[in-house]
Amino acid sequence: MSKLLEIKNLTVHYETVDGVIHAVEGLNLSLEKGQTLGLVGETGAGKTTTMKAIMRILPEPPAKLKSGEIFFAGEDLLKKTVSEMRKIRGKRISMIFQDPMTSLNPIMTVGHQIAEVIHIHNNISKRDAEVEAAKMLETVGIKAERANDYPHQFSGGMKQRVVIAMALACNPDLLIADEPTTALDVTIQAQVLELMRLLKVQRETAMILITHDLGIVAETCDSVAIMYAGEIVEKGSLSDIFNDARHPYTKGLFACIPDLFSEAEMLTPIPGQMPDPSELPAGCNFCSRCAYAMEGCGSRDPAMREIAPGHFVKCHRWTGETGKDVLDDE
Amino acid sequence: MKENNMQKQEALTYKHRGQGAEIWRRFRKSKTAMLGLFMLLVLVFLAIFADVLTPYDATKSDAANRMLQPSAEHLFGTDELGRDIFTRIAMGTRISLTVGLVSVTISAVGGIILGSIAGYYGGKVDTIIMRFVDIWMAIPSLLLNITIVAVLGVGLENVMIAIGISNIPGYCRTIRASIMSIKGSEYIEAAKASGASDARIILSHIIPNSLAPLIVQATLRMGASILICASMSFMGLGVVPPTPEWGAMLSTGRSFLRDHPHLCTFPGGAIMYTVLAMNLLGDGIRDALDPKLKN
Amino acid sequence: MNDSHEILLEMKGLKTFFPTKAGLLHAVDDVNIFIRRGETLGLVGESGCGKSTLGRTAIRLLNATEGQIFFEGEDITRLTSKQLRHIRKKVQIVFQDPYASLDGRKSVFESIGEPLRIQKTFSDRQSYIRRVYELMDTVGLARRFANAYPHELDGGRRQRVGIARAIATNPVFMVLDEPVSALDVSIQAQILNLLMQLQRDYSFTYLFISHDLSVVKHISDRIAVMYLGRIVELADYRELFSDPLHPYTKALLSAVPIPKIDAERKRIILEGDVTSPIDPKPGCRFAGRCQNCCGSVCYSETPEIQEVVPGHFVACHLHTMSGKKKEQEGT
Repeated sequence: MSKLLEIKNLTVHYETVDGVIHAVEGLNLSLEKGQTLGLVGETGAGKTTTMKAIMRILPEPPAKLKSGEIFFAGEDLLKKTVSEMRKIRGKRISMIFQDPMTSLNPIMTVGHQIAEVIHIHNNISKRDAEVEAAKMLETVGIKAERANDYPHQFSGGMKQRVVIAMALACNPDLLIADEPTTALDVTIQAQVLELMRLLKVQRETAMILITHDLGIVAETCDSVAIMYAGEIVEKGSLSDIFNDARHPYTKGLFACIPDLFSEAEMLTPIPGQMPDPSELPAGCNFCSRCAYAMEGCGSRDPAMREIAPGHFVKCHRWTGETGKDVLDDE
Repeated sequence: MKENNMQKQEALTYKHRGQGAEIWRRFRKSKTAMLGLFMLLVLVFLAIFADVLTPYDATKSDAANRMLQPSAEHLFGTDELGRDIFTRIAMGTRISLTVGLVSVTISAVGGIILGSIAGYYGGKVDTIIMRFVDIWMAIPSLLLNITIVAVLGVGLENVMIAIGISNIPGYCRTIRASIMSIKGSEYIEAAKASGASDARIILSHIIPNSLAPLIVQATLRMGASILICASMSFMGLGVVPPTPEWGAMLSTGRSFLRDHPHLCTFPGGAIMYTVLAMNLLGDGIRDALDPKLKN
Repeated sequence: MNDSHEILLEMKGLKTFFPTKAGLLHAVDDVNIFIRRGETLGLVGESGCGKSTLGRTAIRLLNATEGQIFFEGEDITRLTSKQLRHIRKKVQIVFQDPYASLDGRKSVFESIGEPLRIQKTFSDRQSYIRRVYELMDTVGLARRFANAYPHELDGGRRQRVGIARAIATNPVFMVLDEPVSALDVSIQAQILNLLMQLQRDYSFTYLFISHDLSVVKHISDRIAVMYLGRIVELADYRELFSDPLHPYTKALLSAVPIPKIDAERKRIILEGDVTSPIDPKPGCRFAGRCQNCCGSVCYSETPEIQEVVPGHFVACHLHTMSGKKKEQEGT
């Protein structure tokens, strides 16, 4: 049961003219081989920053890695040299981004772009790489003849398939997908998610899927981590989060999505908004919006506690040893 | 709905907070921008106080003191007619700044009018105007300037007009591009949905949002205008002697370059200084005006 | 519900075409729908289906190529901008992108007040100021934001500004074009609640355009499904979800990810991509991707929208041909 990825105490700040932005603070996360982790959070929670830190593609400056270790297959990525990281990116860890429109180079054919990734990481000729690229296209459901077409000749969904082909071309151990279907129509999203699921199973790729859509998480993920204002506030297995959510923010998220099957009159939104990351409050970041806030929540930052095997919550309500609710109102 | 007195008091006032303060704050953050501003202020100071800064007359010849090297009495030395160069440079500041301002104003106004019409209405109107502008731009600017001056006659005013006219196409294109990208914005649609007339949309929404690139272009082009005016004077098409215009000074100083280079270095230096000041200022304004500037 | 209410907006045979280099783009192709006073008509569809174009054509932000638009009984299809002025204060729109729908150079106060200034609603400045502050209160924007500029606010607040602007002149009808799609989930819920509350308090009539089915279901009374410029199904919101008839509607519903584990998921995966809306050939536009395609008739005749169950309309040969009320299951 070796962990493929283990992030320990990651802290990333952005140092800007207007102040220091605490993008990620003391983050701990792990992932097993072949498993899919859903990283859920809203805008500004720090999900993309965390992923970029793994890939070592943070814009430094203004980003600054203040602390942390990221172990990938046992080695700390943060200690690797630039050339070592280059060998890892695309080959062992790949990333796909949200907007397929801007992820592809408009002046290169799609076949060429996929072949480029293959050629860089494998000791084969360019011609052989192109052949492999065509095969990858077929794998993602695009006819091989289209390898000579340019990105603008493809629709959004197909562009995203090309991006997936590029990401999986070298059979990485870990795929990071940053909101891969947010920009796509729901029927196309269904196609792309199905494709990703198939490929993932075939190739045993581990995946971190960043999304704000709990529906997608329910369908594709094995474990879930909920991020808020730069921290993970709850994490656990899929059933832990969906059947036994503990953190008030997690509960709030579930409560405010309009349910296709219920007849609720008004939704129950989470009041207020995420705090300014350059001016985080003392104590719990969620306190001002929390329906269960107690005395002390505003002054002491809660620690991350394991309340059940594998189920962690960062909230003063949960005592940790017994998984009991401090408020005792369950 | 009952309002208490406090609320009534509040409801009656709305103090408009312009974006000026914010823009100035951003501008101040850049050292180069502040330097450009400072350099410009020096020029403005010189222009205003040129008369009283030195005891010398900029245009009166003084045969006894010809070709003097820079010294304590004559900071920049004297020229071939014995006139104090520093005084002439200071007086020349007035001319250069005026040239810059007037020509840019002519270009900008002409450009905004043409560009707004072309950009907003599009279609045939746009095609006609832009083809015309294309031809205009294709003519080498120096040639155009010379032609206009030949038609209107030699002299500073006509040089300003000539430079102004030949630069209209640049502004026209800038504002047209801005308008075309803004035209389709949703806030323009919102204004239309509220019943705003075309005129209101152009004046209240489009032009303020298109101004940024235009202002930047104007500041940067001021330096260029001054250079062009200097070249025109250099060729003898600009000011008439004994007007102390920097280009004219450069021109006459040419003949004495080998033995008395100071006749050229100071006017040349003044031109360079001004263009640099304008460029730094222009860059600073552009950065300050853009609210989407990433850190 | 709203059965006894009069029809506020009606579109008959509405077509909006755009000439392009490749041909004529049929963005909206023969739409016939009406909206009753006080109701919310949801309009769903995916990108390129023409729903935004339909919304904008309905309020004359775009010009219809053919057909008619009736507002409060008046034919507004060919009115000039001057003639439309009196309509502009009754009919408003809220846009999707809270970042693009506000003029970055105008403060919140100025943006909200603009419709009032254009319509010259108030003759004295104090009433005008009071009204703008009132509007801010109504949409839940703290008064201290009056002086703020759009780039200083987050998406949720900007959207509130957009809504305040839209309700400024007391409209009766509002087109909401994906008003919450660009917002975070927790803010979406806030804004949706606001919209629903406003409708309750001020009896607004909404045309709610969205690609998000759960959101549309939550707020709409009736829902129309659009595909490539045509309405393919129209029904009461409960009926559409419990008994969808059109194969596209079914595929759309099945594609929505459900936030529950162990949920029953029979997903209908559509093959291929949407066909082109440029110079479409006759025949059903969904035929190439349809799992229940009936063969040659689907490719040759364009299905007309018909009422197959009272209040439930569908444009599909499967239903109009057989005349049955429940379709034969082909899955």
